[in-house]
Amino acid sequence: MGFVRAFGPAALAAGLGLLPGGGAFAASAEKGKAAYVQHGCWQCHGFQGQGGVAGKALAPDPIAAEAFSAFVRGSNGPMPPYPEKILSNDDLADIYAYLQSIPKPADHKSIPLLNQ
Amino acid sequence: MTRKVPAQKDPRPEVSRRKFLAGVAVAGVATAVTPPVANAATQATSTNASPARLPSALPPTMQVAAAETATPKELPRIGGVPGSDFMVDVIKTLDIKYLPSNCASSFRAIHESLINYGGNKMPEFLTCTHEESAVGLAHGYFKVAGKPLMTLCHGTVGLQHATMAIYNAWCDRVPVIVVGGNDLDAAHRPPGVPTFHSAQDINAIVRDYTKWDDTPVGLQHYAQSFVRAYKIAMTPPYGPVAISLDAGLQQEPIQKNGEKLYIPRYVASSPPQGDTGAVKEAARLLANAERPVIVVDRAARTANGITLLVQLAELLQAPVVDMGGRMNFPKTHYLSRPPTVVNNADVVIGMELSDFWGVVNAYIDNGEHGIGINQSKIKPDTKLISINSSELITKANYQDFQRFQSVDVSMPADAEATLPALIEALKSAISNDRKAAIAKRGEAIKKAYAEGKERTRQTAALAWDASPISTARLVMETYAQIKDLDWSLVASSGNVSNWHQRLWPMEKHYHWLGASGGYGVGYGAPASVGAALANRDLGRFSVSIQSDGDLMYAPGVLWTAAKHKIPLLAVMHNNRGYHQEVMHVQRLSNFRSRVANLGNDMGPVGTSIENPDIEYHKLAESMGWWAKGPIKDPAELGPAIKQAVAVVKSGQPALLNVWTQPR
Repeated sequence: MGFVRAFGPAALAAGLGLLPGGGAFAASAEKGKAAYVQHGCWQCHGFQGQGGVAGKALAPDPIAAEAFSAFVRGSNGPMPPYPEKILSNDDLADIYAYLQSIPKPADHKSIPLLNQ
Repeated sequence: MTRKVPAQKDPRPEVSRRKFLAGVAVAGVATAVTPPVANAATQATSTNASPARLPSALPPTMQVAAAETATPKELPRIGGVPGSDFMVDVIKTLDIKYLPSNCASSFRAIHESLINYGGNKMPEFLTCTHEESAVGLAHGYFKVAGKPLMTLCHGTVGLQHATMAIYNAWCDRVPVIVVGGNDLDAAHRPPGVPTFHSAQDINAIVRDYTKWDDTPVGLQHYAQSFVRAYKIAMTPPYGPVAISLDAGLQQEPIQKNGEKLYIPRYVASSPPQGDTGAVKEAARLLANAERPVIVVDRAARTANGITLLVQLAELLQAPVVDMGGRMNFPKTHYLSRPPTVVNNADVVIGMELSDFWGVVNAYIDNGEHGIGINQSKIKPDTKLISINSSELITKANYQDFQRFQSVDVSMPADAEATLPALIEALKSAISNDRKAAIAKRGEAIKKAYAEGKERTRQTAALAWDASPISTARLVMETYAQIKDLDWSLVASSGNVSNWHQRLWPMEKHYHWLGASGGYGVGYGAPASVGAALANRDLGRFSVSIQSDGDLMYAPGVLWTAAKHKIPLLAVMHNNRGYHQEVMHVQRLSNFRSRVANLGNDMGPVGTSIENPDIEYHKLAESMGWWAKGPIKDPAELGPAIKQAVAVVKSGQPALLNVWTQPR
């Protein structure tokens, strides 16, 4: 499912991502990739959202958009919250689209180095 | 028992260093007008020179002609047996194989004695380009060899360079014998630079993180102090020690005042063992626990420590969480489990933990006012047992003792020394009716272990073909090329998400050596070289995961490795930044609702190492290493490592500059 710029209640209230006719337009995975780097997501989650010791894997199959948005805005865990003032709803929607675009990895059983 | 020093009898006149220096000045004037005297080889000062010959019209004899025309023999400018020769005699009784050091005038006398009188063997001088490298090298060496090295440094500026590495050794419970040269006599020491490089008490700067220090004022005092320092350093809990070595004491000849110098015999102290009653109480709690967990950090000081921990764990069928300060427990054993198992424990025994509070609590760097959130990970009635020798050497200033954690049984004792008694007590404490439940517990853990391994491998497959190269791929490409060798992972600086700990079949005590101890960055490169030196002598293959930030603190240690032919494979985790710090600045930006200023880099200003990118392969090549890079394509990594392994097997160090994902 493609993500649209109607990113949660706050985004809807702000009218973000809504086309003049009222419809929502698709977020951009390409822009999202740039925003993902610009806002520092890669620092803990890796350039492909693979995660690591400092941050959970975000892709493939990111969590539901509402939960993703709520966590980014209000995290009280190891990740600091990203308020809208520093990460716009547009950028957040694009980042989510980027994470959705990341393909599944190969089965580890098909990777010889992971079966030594 | 004492040993006489054969070299102490000397027929030559005694010469005070202070008087000698004055005499040299006089002699310097005298030699301008007086021809040298051939048979004056044993005479040291102008006051001992031969009387002037009477004028003669006769042709000179052959002897006189030779004396007047031949190249004059060099006179020993300092008579007698140098005090620093005796110092070398003392050092040689302690089986110290190497002496990594950056040369300095304040220890020139002992330096000269070590290489000329001592033959540059036991110890062999290793030329270092930074004192921090010298101490770091000794740090890594000990963790393989189990024997300490000594280092010499300027007591002031050199020791200042060395301090961070000494702090790491202190926190990591590693013995290093640090000897600082210092010229105490303000009235006679050379003015200018040597006086800038002198101090009243050089050891003051490291006293908070050394086990002991001294400033010997005589040679016999030195002999006692050096042997005592070695003994204290080598008694668990191990730790660095410092000796201030007066330049005058080094340089002056041994005084013939009737006192016979002797070298005290070194006898190792036995490690402190836990109290019998406390051991029994710990065994009782563990035997009756439903969900016991063993947590270890620096518990296994030797290979036998691993064997003992396996015995304890199997007896209890309890999961073991290895915090990684040392190689404590085989990664291939089904009882090896992640830290999350602590959450459900009813009894936790922690052995040589650097931070017990951190094992059973969580600190989250978030919250309303920037002071963080504290959360307990364990249930309120969980019983805690601690065996920790660090309690015996706790000091006040530096906070390496971490937050205070109340425990139910506390043994300030060495864990490895206490394990045999604990195992025996546990055998007695486990009743027959508990044995079936314990065996059943083991079966459940075996299943969880297998499932965990499967999940870990699938997680490692994420971003497998990414560029920059994923950290999982970095470590597994490396392992593929060394797995058939007798390998030793000597250090892993930076953060590669612990993939080596999660995926490499670490079993032997040298498969993993732990980290820096004090988290002082700059440990990885020198400690790797030191450990590789010890492994070289044992015929093992050394590999390190070398981060970019760590290498740039004192890269000159690469030259030391090449000069002294220390084979080491350094595979770089070059993520082009200080990633431990990147998120700190990002976090504070978020807390303050400010967009982080990246400048022209990827991370917040001040946290990136890019623009320009450092060509570490060229840096290494310039210091005599075989090197290749930058490697960004994961498909090129395996063949490059294969090439590098061949180079290292031939006896050379090799470095691969690999561009990696951040963590």
